[in-house]
This record gives sequence, structure tokens and C-alpha cells, in this order.
Amino acid sequence: MSSYFHSVTLDKDLCKGCTNCIKRCPTEAIRVREGKAKIIDERCIDCGECIRICPHHAKLALTDTLDSIRKYKYPVALPAPSLYAQFNSKVTINYILTGLLELGFYRVEEVARGAEFVSRAINEFFQKSSFPKPAISSACPAVLRLIQVKFPELINQVVPFRSPMETAALLARKTMEKEGYPPEQIGIFFISPCAAKLTAVKNPLGMSQSFVDGVIGFSTIFGALRDKVKKMQEVSELQKSTVAGVSWAVIGGESSLISGIRRLSVDGIANVSKVLEEVVMGKLKEVDFIEGLACTGGCVGGPLTVENSFMAKERINSLVKTGSKHGAKFLDDLDWQNLMWDKEVQPLGVLRLDEDMATAIQKMEDMENLHKNLPGLDCGSCGAPTCRALAEDIVRGQADEVDCVFKLREKVTELAEKMVAISSKMPPSIGEKE
Amino acid sequence: MKIMDKTKQKNALMIAFPIEAGNFKDAGEASSKIKSRLLQLGFQGPLIRRVAIATYEAEMNLVIHSEGGIIKAEINPGSVIILVTDVGPGISDLNKAMQEGFSTAPEHVREMGFGAGMGLPNMCSCASEFFIDSEIGKGTTIKMLIS
Ligand SMILES: Nc1ncnc2c1ncn2[C@@H]1O[C@H](COP(=O)(O)OP(=O)(O)OP(=O)(O)O)[C@@H](O)[C@H]1O
Ligand code: SF4
Ligand SMILES: [Mg+2]
Repeated sequence: MSSYFHSVTLDKDLCKGCTNCIKRCPTEAIRVREGKAKIIDERCIDCGECIRICPHHAKLALTDTLDSIRKYKYPVALPAPSLYAQFNSKVTINYILTGLLELGFYRVEEVARGAEFVSRAINEFFQKSSFPKPAISSACPAVLRLIQVKFPELINQVVPFRSPMETAALLARKTMEKEGYPPEQIGIFFISPCAAKLTAVKNPLGMSQSFVDGVIGFSTIFGALRDKVKKMQEVSELQKSTVAGVSWAVIGGESSLISGIRRLSVDGIANVSKVLEEVVMGKLKEVDFIEGLACTGGCVGGPLTVENSFMAKERINSLVKTGSKHGAKFLDDLDWQNLMWDKEVQPLGVLRLDEDMATAIQKMEDMENLHKNLPGLDCGSCGAPTCRALAEDIVRGQADEVDCVFKLREKVTELAEKMVAISSKMPPSIGEKE
Repeated sequence: MKIMDKTKQKNALMIAFPIEAGNFKDAGEASSKIKSRLLQLGFQGPLIRRVAIATYEAEMNLVIHSEGGIIKAEINPGSVIILVTDVGPGISDLNKAMQEGFSTAPEHVREMGFGAGMGLPNMCSCASEFFIDSEIGKGTTIKMLIS
């Protein structure tokens, strides 16, 4: 078993072994083996592409249940701003926040508010320090993992700040501890549009420790929350966030809050991958900041959302148009530098063919030769996403050339011809003399 | 020994990509493929970055200025040699071409964001050793060692 934990998993019973997911995965982390998909854990970035594409709903995100909040005396809900877009426009933010309290949370701390702090921090950071350009946002954990797995050369260009989720968690925890709540009785739960956030909590990048204790998906909580909202008698004034923080739910929100720079907003993991590729080659010299989000439309397109991302985007935009514009003030003890990462992100090297470079070179030579002899159809029947990936699996000792149906047919034909040749040979004692 | 005199080392991995003149649509593909191979071989980020930038600049020059050519990468443990050759037209004044800001890129290419005259100087600064030779009517050869 691999030691790397990540959120996206397979429901074996539902998986039919089709090849939809292997083709869609941006890090080629899935193979089909013995009729079932298999995720190569260390390569998975939890972008959720396979969850979206699977026609049999066999890909799941491991998240916490609503019951798990009972483990704590003082559970705190941290709703992502994209949650606000899951309800129709009559349901105001206060309805949703009140609904969360009615579900059993002791307090709510909006991630949108955390986002406002992060926006400020990034602005100050850009003014006060020089940084390799283009700087890359660290907000989306799937993109962060993509960089770690596929673009390690860009790690030092990532803006080293805690995510809005971690910032909100820090805020909630600090405030409550100050008020005298026992730390071990406070449980902080992120209400999440995606799988990647759970992984970011279990394996924090850039931080020695996450301040979040659990992650509950929108799809898990939506039904119960909607019921509470429907029956709501009294709505409390709980909202502290402003449009600035709410706008982070859609692509372009984060970068619109950074002033005086040239910025690029890119959504969809395949697009992000393409743009990062260009950054590596030095193509995007004019750009100062890149906001890359794995999901189409931004977090409103997250794999655990219930509303379609276009409608949700429209709702966030109208909230932003009508909402309050006063920005968050930094608390006395929450300086922007407190939001900076306290740990370096290390390159992973999970794509390496071998620990030893000379051996890796030999393996790649073999791989190139194998690849030349494969049909180049990238049909996926072998269970690998491309012929090249099969060649790679073969040199890694995880697959065989005859896993390719065309190679198998060739071999069978060869064998059949040999058998015909052999069968026509008679033992000399029986055979006729020429 | 200087790189221009070096012959292929035993056990080195050679990969080659032909580059078509004027094909902007696929430009960058060779550099991208070389880059992803280096990652699989376990090269470190900063070296991959230098190879990617140098190869991309060379690739764009083949697309923009040459009549077509080929990019080869010779990969040894810890170092990469990029060999770029084309079939013409050659560069008349190499010293000028190597200067920052010198460019003969035509207007339509400049409109696409190229033609700052930084390609060759960039290659030079990415490479540990840089060699260029060119002959009018024959073509241009660039050899870069990145280690
Ligand atoms: N392979 C080549 N064949 C012919 N001429 C070339 C070739 N490579 C470069 N040159 C000449 O050298 C000049 C300088 O090249 P360099 O790459 O430094 O700048 P550029 O390509 O013009 O602009 P940039 O690379 O900044 O987009 C080119 O404008 C061109 O005249
Ligand atoms: S874009 Fe948002 S919802 Fe999608 S993976 Fe990234 S953080 Fe999660
Ligand atoms: Mg050039």
C-alpha cells in the first residue's frame, strides 16, 4: 500500500473498467487493471476530473460526514464562498449561515472573509518584496499539487500564502482560544466544493500543520441544509464577508483584487497545465500574476457542487454587484506575514523512471524503442492512457508488451504461422523421400 | 574539451525532433517533450528550466528564421547537450545576431510577440557552454551544454 493519502477513490463495485477516466487524468495517474480502474496514489492531484467524467459514478471523494462534527463540543463551520451559489437568489448569505448553525455548528467563520485577508496580504507582499515572475496563485490545492508533480521548476514562483480556508481556520481558532474555549474541544470543518481541499488538510503544502479538523462536501450537506433554510423562521445577521471575498468563488475573483499588475486567470486543469508549460519555456514574460483554478469557472465548478457551474457563476456575480464593499481589516495580531507559508514545498519526483539517473536513461532508451513499435493509436485497451504510457509501464515492470491488443494479435499470428510450419513437418520415419 | 568537439558519449540517450519552418501552431512541442523527459529522468527543476527556455528559443528561431531543421537532445546523467541544426538560410553577421535586441523578425512575427532580439542571448545565458556556427546558403548550427 502507498503511504500517500488523497481524497479521490474508486468504488470498485460501480467501476465497469471502461477507459473514460484514464484519458482525462492530467497526470496520467489512472490505469485499468483486471477490469477495474486503479489510481496511482502519489500521482493523483485530486482535481476531480475523473469524478466528473465517470459515467458510472464510480469515482468518489472521501470527505467527512455531518455526524463527525459531534466529536467536538464546539464545531465551527467554514463555508467556502461557492456554497452561497448553490441556492437560488432569494436565499441570502445569512440564511445559509443560520442554516449551518441549525445543523449543529456552534459558530460559522466565512472563508470569504479569510479570502479578504489573503487578498490584502498578497497586495502587501507584491509591494514589499521582489518575486520571480509570473507569480502563481497558491489558492487551489489541485493546481499546487499539479505543480509539485509536473512542474517542480515552478515551485519557487508560487505565492507563499495560506489559502483562504486556512486563514479562516486560523481566525476562528485564534478568536475562540482567546475567548477561553478549550482548544481540543474546538473542531473546525471546511464546507467544501472539492476533493482537493481534504487532501490539502491531511497533507498540507507549505504549512507544517493545518488548522482544519474536517472537510464536509457540499453534496453531503446540501439536502439537510436546504431543509433548514426552507423551514427557517428567524434569520440571524451573521455575514461578515464582503464582495471581495465572495468573488473568490469564481475564476478571476482573486486576481481582480490585486492592483497594478498584469494578471492572467485560467480555469480548467488542462488549461492550467498548458499555461504553466508556457511559463516554464519563458513564454509569458509580460504577465505578473497567474490565477489558476482546476475547475471550470473556478470553485463554483468544483466536483462536489450541486448547482451547475454557469448558474452558480451568475449568482456569485450578482452577489458581487449588489453586496457590501467594505474590505476586511486585519486583526491586531494577524499581520500579513502571519499568513505566509512556514514550510517549503518540495518537488516530488513521482514521475522518475528510476532513482539512479543512469538507469533511468537506460529505461527511457528502452521505452523509446518500445514506443516506436506500438501502433500509436492511444486506444486505451491496454489500460494505459497512451501508447507512451504503456511503454513507460512496461519499463517500470508493471505491464507487458502483449497488453497491447495489436501486439498480442501479432504474436498470435506469429505463433500460428510457426504451428502451421511445424505441423507440415513429418517425422523422417513417416515422411516421403524427396 | 569544448562541446563543439565532443562526440556522443556511450550510453547517452539521443532524442530528435524535426522542426518545420513557419509552423507556429505546433511550435514549442519539441521543447515541451524534452522537458517532460528530463523530469522523468530525475533532473532537478532549475536545470529543466534552463533546458526548456534554451530549447524553446532555439525552436522558435527555427520556426521563424530558418527553412526548417532539427533539434536533438543528448542526455547524460547530470547534463544535457542540445544540438540545433537547420538547412538555411544562415546568418550573415553572427556577432550582430548575438547582440541583445538585434532582430530581423518581420512585422507579422513581431505582432505575435516575437522579435525582441533576446533569443540567442537567452540561450547563451542558459547554457553552461554555447557554440554557434553559420554559413550563408548552408545553415546554422548551435550546440549548447547545460549542466
Ligand atoms: N536559425 C536561424 N536562421 C537564420 N537566422 C537566424 C536564426 N536564428 C537567429 N537568426 C537571426 O538572428 C537574429 C537574432 O535572433 P534572436 O533569437 O536573438 O532574436 P529574434 O528571434 O529576432 O527575437 P526573439 O528571439 O527575441 O523573439 C534573428 O532576428 C535572425 O535574424
Ligand atoms: S478550483 Fe476550487 S473547487 Fe476546484 S479543485 Fe481548486 S480549490 Fe477545489
Ligand atoms: Mg529568437
